[in-house]
Amino acid sequence: MDQTQLTARIAELKANLAALGQQADLLAAQVANAAHPAAEAAGGHGNFFVTGLTVLVLACFVGYYVVWRVTPALHSPLMAVTNAVSSVIIVGALIAAGPAEFGFSKLLGFLAVILASVNIFGGFLVTQRMLSMFKKKGK
Amino acid sequence: METLSALLYLVASICFIMALRGLSSPETSRQGNIYGMVGMTIAILTTLASPIVQSYWLIVLGVAIGGAIGYVVAKKIEMTALPQLVAAFHSLVGLAAVFVALAAFYSPEAYGIGSAGAIAKGSLIEMALGAAVGAITFTGSIVAFAKLQGLVTGKPLVFPMQHPLNAALGVLSVLLIVWLVQSNATAAMWLIIIAALALGFLLILPIGGADMPVVISMLNSYSGWAACGIGFTLQNNLLIITGALVGSSGAILSYIMCKGMNRSIFNVILGGFGGEAAGAAAAGGGGGPQGSVKAGSPEDAAYIMKNAQSVIIVPGYGMAVAQAQHALREMADVLKHEGVSVKYAIHPVAGRMPGHMNVLLAEANVPYDEVFELEDINREFGTADVAFVIGANDVTNPAAKTDPSSPIYGMPILDVEKAKTVFFIKRGMAAGYAGVENELFFRPNTMMLFGDAKKVTEEVVKAMDA
Repeated sequence: MDQTQLTARIAELKANLAALGQQADLLAAQVANAAHPAAEAAGGHGNFFVTGLTVLVLACFVGYYVVWRVTPALHSPLMAVTNAVSSVIIVGALIAAGPAEFGFSKLLGFLAVILASVNIFGGFLVTQRMLSMFKKKGK
Repeated sequence: METLSALLYLVASICFIMALRGLSSPETSRQGNIYGMVGMTIAILTTLASPIVQSYWLIVLGVAIGGAIGYVVAKKIEMTALPQLVAAFHSLVGLAAVFVALAAFYSPEAYGIGSAGAIAKGSLIEMALGAAVGAITFTGSIVAFAKLQGLVTGKPLVFPMQHPLNAALGVLSVLLIVWLVQSNATAAMWLIIIAALALGFLLILPIGGADMPVVISMLNSYSGWAACGIGFTLQNNLLIITGALVGSSGAILSYIMCKGMNRSIFNVILGGFGGEAAGAAAAGGGGGPQGSVKAGSPEDAAYIMKNAQSVIIVPGYGMAVAQAQHALREMADVLKHEGVSVKYAIHPVAGRMPGHMNVLLAEANVPYDEVFELEDINREFGTADVAFVIGANDVTNPAAKTDPSSPIYGMPILDVEKAKTVFFIKRGMAAGYAGVENELFFRPNTMMLFGDAKKVTEEVVKAMDA
């Protein structure tokens, strides 16, 4: 009789355990579900904003120290080259002009690519022209 | 793939930093420019390799058109027209920023910031700011270009209610951005751009021609911040870094220019300088000159300079207008041949953009180690025999040191009056930009050489050769 009683108890325990396991799974799923939107929000835009801001502030410091070291005689080339470099906005224009299907955005991207290219080629070239004129005494 | 392109963008950013770093001396500057080009190439190729970019023909066409225009313009431009060229280039960056922001607004899927009509709120703010700053840069630069090119008067255009109107437009833009974020409305986006276009136009209009060095630097800075705003929208660190570099560069240049005029940035932005002062001078200056002016001939100047030990040349905007830099260098060559020491003294705000005079002198083959900044050469005027002022006026006016009622009081000036003889090449007795009479003209050691800067210099050279 002990034998049968024991097996019955074991079966009962097993069933309990299974139910508990199921409950745990359910809870885990619930937690995951609850956590998911939060993770999405943090991993999506909000997160980049902080990263971007960090990069921005540090880059401002780099810019500050680098630009103060530029000799005043080369302030015109500095302006021309920063102008060329700021045309890196072409990155955004390329993404807009890139898709296979045609649309308003693609047109905008195309126009922006033209504008930025004028600047890139013109800016670097005019800087080069200016810089090639600066010579030391004795040639 | 994404990690690789992020790393390549980082390399490009470093190239851009090196490009600016190279400008710390003329020797390293050419290498710096190459770094800049390499960085830009890396940035473009990396973007083209990304999976979003699928069709290439339109891009190739765009780069070919733009590149050809840029190449021709940069090859043909006269160095004296440099300020307006830079202004025109700034306007293009501004407009490109507006287009990119609009493209992101119309197809946000491509940029991974939501779907049309349901763009993330943060992205909307960044997009709107990028577009607004871009639009201000665009119209502001066009006005600056028109003023520098002489298409509109260089005089400050002041009208009543100007500042309240600008303030109202600014407030309106902020309200429109709030509306955009709340509603995602297309109309809001376009209205923001229109308001910003008007604002850029109105902001630069009242600023006078000689304040253009500050304006150009400021617009340079704006174009950087516009790139920065777009960088946040695209979640692209390269754009943010580059935008910050350009933005801080422009801001520092504006600061240096303002300091060179002893004025605050607000004073310059609010505009109207020169116009009112000139009016006051015209009204009060009816009494005629304060003394007698000694006019000299080119022969006198040639004789005195040939027998001098040292000559310091002070070029200003007038030299650029007359294109006198080549004649000036010839004169310096003759003098050097005679054993005279020749140096050039440059005021920070001489010309129409920062470093304008240095480029023009370099174009005329003046070695850069003969050209000095104000603080490096100012003490030498005391021992110089001749100060040769060509096309500069306000930056030599001693009233800046002695007369607290003068509009230019406190501005750092070149101490040309300390030289034994001062030659002033001027077309007439008109007051300078600030509308102030220069008492230097009436000093006993000053000799005026009336006429076009280039012609007078050529005559001096002729007289020296004779």
